[in-house]
Amino acid sequence: MDKVRRVISVIVANEAQVLARVSGLFAGRGYNIDSLTVAPIPDSDLSHMTIVTKGNKRVIEQIVKQLHKLIPTFKVIEHDEMVEKEMVLIKFPIEKPISDIQALCQAYNGAIVNVGTDMFIAMVADESVRVEHFIEATKRYQPIEVVRSGVVAMER
Amino acid sequence: MKMSGAQMVCEAIIAEGVKTVFGYPGGAIMNVYDEIYKQNGFEHILTRHEQAAVHSADGYARATGEVGVAMVTSGPGFTNAITGLATAYTDSIPLVVISGQVPLSLIGTDGFQEVDAVGISRPCTKHNYLVRSIEDLAKILKEAFYIARSGRPGPVLVDIPKDITGELGEFDYPKNVDLPTYKPRYGGNDRQIKKASEAILKAKKPLLYIGGGAVLSNAYEEIREFVSLTQIPAVETLMARGVMGADNPLLIGMLGMHGNYASNMAMSETDLIISLGARFDDRVTGKLSEFARYADIIHIDIDPANIGKIVDVDYPIVGDVKIVVQKIQALIKDKVNPDRYQVWRDILARYDELHPLSYKDSDEVLKPQWVIQRIGQLVGKDAIITSDVGQHQMWGAQFYPFDRPRQWINSGGLGTMGFGFPAAIGAKVGCPEKSVINITGDGSILMNVQELVTASEHNIPVINVILNNHFLGMVRQWQTFFYDKRYSETDLSYQPNWKMLAQACGGEGYDVTTKDEFDKALASAIEGKKVTFINVAVDRFENVLPMVPAGGALYNMLLEHKEQ
Repeated sequence: MDKVRRVISVIVANEAQVLARVSGLFAGRGYNIDSLTVAPIPDSDLSHMTIVTKGNKRVIEQIVKQLHKLIPTFKVIEHDEMVEKEMVLIKFPIEKPISDIQALCQAYNGAIVNVGTDMFIAMVADESVRVEHFIEATKRYQPIEVVRSGVVAMER
Repeated sequence: MKMSGAQMVCEAIIAEGVKTVFGYPGGAIMNVYDEIYKQNGFEHILTRHEQAAVHSADGYARATGEVGVAMVTSGPGFTNAITGLATAYTDSIPLVVISGQVPLSLIGTDGFQEVDAVGISRPCTKHNYLVRSIEDLAKILKEAFYIARSGRPGPVLVDIPKDITGELGEFDYPKNVDLPTYKPRYGGNDRQIKKASEAILKAKKPLLYIGGGAVLSNAYEEIREFVSLTQIPAVETLMARGVMGADNPLLIGMLGMHGNYASNMAMSETDLIISLGARFDDRVTGKLSEFARYADIIHIDIDPANIGKIVDVDYPIVGDVKIVVQKIQALIKDKVNPDRYQVWRDILARYDELHPLSYKDSDEVLKPQWVIQRIGQLVGKDAIITSDVGQHQMWGAQFYPFDRPRQWINSGGLGTMGFGFPAAIGAKVGCPEKSVINITGDGSILMNVQELVTASEHNIPVINVILNNHFLGMVRQWQTFFYDKRYSETDLSYQPNWKMLAQACGGEGYDVTTKDEFDKALASAIEGKKVTFINVAVDRFENVLPMVPAGGALYNMLLEHKEQ
């Protein structure tokens, strides 16, 4: 069976150990984690986790079931109808052509978000594929550092 | 009411109706032991090793169906308990294990006897808690018992820092538990149940595949009724022995690596598997691509994660075996025609005639299978049989005439050597009116042999029948079959004096080499009311057969071993 990329949202109780339970499940059963983000859901005692993983159909099904089996798991959402976004921060030396890079950012709905004495930072938030393209496009400006946030997703 | 955390632990145990706790004290759990000293709501049995405490609680739970409780201290006390937790987890046994922890202020400082208990036990418990405040304690204890026994049962660890057991707080033990994130489903989806019922009526060669979940759900009466109504034949897994009852003409036997020929052929030729609380373990399926090639599958399991994990399922039903079997029966009872499956039953009967489960008895040397059959003849229904892990375990499962569920107690999933003796102690405490016999080997019994002292001190007269072949027998068998008889580290010829060992710890011992001696020793052991070793010298090179070699197809069984 072919491996597919999947974005899974997990709504969990916002309590101690819960991240360890989820990541331990993936490690213990040999599943991949491409990215994992987590933050509390406002005005609730729940957190929203977004996990990007790869696996064949049976593995994805098991991941969903095993996640659901964890006692603090409230809900697991896994389907195609997800809006997903990811953010990237890229740091450049101040000598690089800031206006060229700004133009590039604009093409990806991004911006220069910080300028210091010897560096500046660009930011883009978009789908993972677009973020990858942006990173690729900035390589010619020899970035000093690239930090990706991992994916967050929401059901459509 | 205000009380200390330690008192709360005792009060919760009493409120849950637990009569016996198995455990071992130490620094971090001392506050609780001080309260145990003061109370008389439950008995505490001091084992001589924390692993044994958990296995005893486990044996108690398996024999009675109640939640077993064990108590240990922090650090090494807790790590010793891990094998017990993992054993219970793999076989879905409801336990609550309470461990002491260093005080909250010391957590994370590598304090004396500090270990990350929740971190270590996370993959081998159904759930676990580190209590962080006295205010949470009562609620956590209630949840622990509820989670342990509901849904797919399993062990739950509650790790309590020492300062919390010493602190005073308000004790308000909840009556009910409502966890929005945990809602086990019992009833099964009615549409799937209907479809599955229709499939049963249409099938020509249906087969019940009964697993340990049928025992856990106390479904044996419903299953026997279902079988008697439909006349559909059944196979049992290692964990389900006793569900059908040995005398049931529709029981084909145990399937899997050491299953009988007819059971494995039944699985290979069936056109509809009706799986009741079984999980398609690799020891059952053999080579997956060759497993039940002609069958559609109805999979009834309380744990959705078991369904579709190993094999693709045509009729998934998430629910409790007992309830779902009742529902299916109600749907088909006026429509089912038992004659429809007659040809199928005839085929299986012929398979069984062709290669019945058998062994060659001998007058020169005791055969281990004979010993097990003999125990069955002499005590039969009156006994609970526990076992360790290895050849003796398989012979026990093959040859003992199990009459009811919870009569056969063994570590099927994890395969824990050293399980049988402490589990027998727990089973005897739970069912004092039964004779409890641990069928064990000369390898396994030495892991947890210290429990002789526990059993003697508390007058728990369990009988250990040591099928002694001076080998780590199952590994030796694989070495014979697959490793050119290179008996690497499996020769156990250097042995203790078993009789003196038992006597030294306050028990009784017998050395047995003949059938006559065995009968006398067993009678005397049952009479004697002491913990007993019956050291039975058996054929050194007897093999467990039939055997499906690991990774082989279920229908390719070694039926006998020919010496080259």
